[in-house]
Amino acid sequence: MSKAHIIKAIQAVRPDPCPLPVVPDFEAGDRPVREVFGSVAAQSGSRVVRAEDFVGLATAVRTIYHKEIKIATPLRAIQSDIDLQQASPADLNGIDVAVLPAQLGVAENGAVWVTEADCVHRVLPFITQHLVLVLPEDRIVRNMHEAYAQIKIDDTGFGVFIAGPSKTADIEQSLVIGAQGARSLTIILT
Amino acid sequence: MKEHATKAAAFIKDEARTDWHDESLWFVRSRRDKAAHGIPEWEQLRELASQIKDHTLSHLDEYLEAFEAKAIENGVTVHWAADAAAHNRIVHGILQEHNARRIVKSKSMLTEECGLNEYLEAQGIEVVDTDLGERIIQLKEEPPSHIVMPAIHLKKEEVGELFHQKLQTRKGATDPQYLTEAARQHLRQSFLEADAAITGVNFAIAETGGVVVCTNEGNADMGTHLAPLQIHCMGIEKILPKAEHLGVFTRLLARSATGQPSTIFTSHHHKAKDGGAMHIVIVDNGRTTQLGRPDFRNSLKCIRCGACMNTCPIYRRSGGHSYDSTVPGPIGSILTPGIDLKKYSGLPFASTLCGSCSDVCPVKIDIHEQLYKWRQIIAEEGLLPTAKKQSMVMAGKVLSRPGWYKAAGKSARWVTRWLPRPLIYTPLNTWGKARELPEAPKESFQEWYRKNRSAS
Amino acid sequence: MKIALFIPCYIDQFYPQVGIATLELLESLGCTVHFPEGQTCCGQPMANTGCERDAIPTYEHYVETFSSYDYVVTPSGSCAYHVRKHYDIIEQTPEVQHLRQRTLDLSEFLLDVLEVEQLNARFPAKVGLHQSCHGLRGLRLGPGSERNLDAPSALHTLLSMVDGVEIAELARADECCGFGGTFAINEPDISAKMGKDRIADHARAGVEVITAGDMSCLMHLEGILRRQGSPIQVKHIAEILNSKA
Repeated sequence: MSKAHIIKAIQAVRPDPCPLPVVPDFEAGDRPVREVFGSVAAQSGSRVVRAEDFVGLATAVRTIYHKEIKIATPLRAIQSDIDLQQASPADLNGIDVAVLPAQLGVAENGAVWVTEADCVHRVLPFITQHLVLVLPEDRIVRNMHEAYAQIKIDDTGFGVFIAGPSKTADIEQSLVIGAQGARSLTIILT
Repeated sequence: MKEHATKAAAFIKDEARTDWHDESLWFVRSRRDKAAHGIPEWEQLRELASQIKDHTLSHLDEYLEAFEAKAIENGVTVHWAADAAAHNRIVHGILQEHNARRIVKSKSMLTEECGLNEYLEAQGIEVVDTDLGERIIQLKEEPPSHIVMPAIHLKKEEVGELFHQKLQTRKGATDPQYLTEAARQHLRQSFLEADAAITGVNFAIAETGGVVVCTNEGNADMGTHLAPLQIHCMGIEKILPKAEHLGVFTRLLARSATGQPSTIFTSHHHKAKDGGAMHIVIVDNGRTTQLGRPDFRNSLKCIRCGACMNTCPIYRRSGGHSYDSTVPGPIGSILTPGIDLKKYSGLPFASTLCGSCSDVCPVKIDIHEQLYKWRQIIAEEGLLPTAKKQSMVMAGKVLSRPGWYKAAGKSARWVTRWLPRPLIYTPLNTWGKARELPEAPKESFQEWYRKNRSAS
Repeated sequence: MKIALFIPCYIDQFYPQVGIATLELLESLGCTVHFPEGQTCCGQPMANTGCERDAIPTYEHYVETFSSYDYVVTPSGSCAYHVRKHYDIIEQTPEVQHLRQRTLDLSEFLLDVLEVEQLNARFPAKVGLHQSCHGLRGLRLGPGSERNLDAPSALHTLLSMVDGVEIAELARADECCGFGGTFAINEPDISAKMGKDRIADHARAGVEVITAGDMSCLMHLEGILRRQGSPIQVKHIAEILNSKA
């Protein structure tokens, strides 16, 4: 009922058709995307490391975070302390570090695309105290235009660009890291 | 009509606090400048965003229908609400159907506009706002004073005292880190116990039937992914044609809002989680009326970044509450007169028409020109105070008649030259409250010209 | 080239020296300038208050007064902007269209029409440039701090031609002064606070003289300066460009 009413109301007053502009290819800067990604992500409070600087992913995570941490991960290279397939979302509340594969990185804003397929539970990258994303280095694009050209946002029921640790500045504009989501974000480039 | 001026005058009485408020927001504006100036194609992006919105508004019915069809295909239930009351009823109905009593909500100016919290609370449903700023003002029982930074008007001492009372934090604690941590612990419990999560929508994609929600805290995601039921409420103007258009808008949004290169979380919801349910409520509430006003329809392009508030020299010095409207500041001053012209007839005058709002706007809404146009409508509708209207009628007469003009000018100069101060600086002379009148010269330029040039 | 001088009403009545400086400056650059008798105002005070209709006779009077000239030059970005932007509500006769193109702010006329590259002027002082909003964001006399554009600022360009002028760096390059026409009367508290804050910025930068392309902003700032007893002076940019001191 309401739908017909609203659609009719729109049709009664709709502006004359305006053309849909074409989004051009913007000129690339000189700096390599990997470098831009690293510096922008760092500015947003993310830690960017290279897997090759460590002996394997598991060591990387255990070195960066504490050894006694509770890890959740679907990756085979790392031992998960929780069976993600069996866990309920509320069980994830005690997780210290979630290590998840990621699809794509964006140089201009340090954002990383993670889908439901990567995290098993949608809430995992948010509810974990700390988040580690494992991103192939050759999957970094220049900007959001290239990013949206490469991903399909409805491939899975949920997908998210994560551009740093959860933060807020709601009290007097003072930046506080660790609002409701992960307190830190580490991006491991492979 | 004079309400903004009165409330602004009250706000400004505490000059140190006004300066603090002004500086806090100017800081955000400066960060925005830095971010915008770092993108060589910035002005091109604004133009593209504006044109994409123009296009979408000119095919709005088609895109809404395509969006709905696709969303249904994704298993999402779509509802349509003609006004705020219908919106609140629908949301309540969904909650009842799912037996949901504890709700977590992330920031949504639409639900604020509809008064959803009050409505649901009256039905015995608990609503917890989960954005930190929103939670602060919810606990303080105040409306937001800014659409992106709802508690920007509060000092950390006030937040500390509030949290001490409501969340049992240490007396006298004011450290934002400590206070934020307390809120995190408190809200985490609410997330884990919630029966339903309600969010606003930043963008809805016609091509895919999905909605995009942007936050920095991750609160919208904590809510939607933990609660079995997720409800997304959106105005009809949130539609974009395709996923590729998100490229343009996500580049503009966070940079304009806070100077960040991106919001921390840009979440794309297309289907309910396993075992969960997802609903979308599409709301009109006066938007089709605005679409029908050619001079004002492009206010519907707004992506709620708040940049116009941060730049507005009046907003910065009068505070969001002085506007007495859900959306304050320049954009609020062109949106709200369209909802209730009489009530908000003062807002288009709460501006010097300096135009800074239009130039920071990421979708190029001609905000200051619309303020000018609303003024014309307000005068035409007879909503100007009588004295003001009469003085304008008089000025119109004088300024179109050179003889009258000459005489009036002479007497004005005579008055300021010869009248004693107490007769000039009366309470009626609001100019003179904080300013001297110009010193009147002996002769006008016209008189000088006649003596010095005309003869030659 | 027939050039008319348009002196806005408040300059005519309260700041005749600005009209004189504008006239002398144009004459010194070789222009023959006419000052049509009977001119009054562009109509902006009524229109900005919402009473555009009451301004129509004033618009018509302006058109009648100036339509026979090739250019109308005025020392006010705000008035030039009003004519060009808002004279759209009267019938668009060839005369109206002509005036909506050819009513120019003094700085535009100097740079775009006369293509002035140097001036024989001297004004030894530290000058703070107030970018009046209608000139800046209406006529686009400069890029404005909001936009990511690499464009010159007309008033900076002209001031830098004056010997002895040192242009001060301000913390807020182009924030509004708070005048805003009837805004100054309707919201006197905010208006004055905005002016005070602008002045404080200029004072911190060690400014001796505040200048602008619009006398209305300066009238407001001067009112506050005089109330404060401040030694900072205000001068319209025409006065500085016409200075021989």
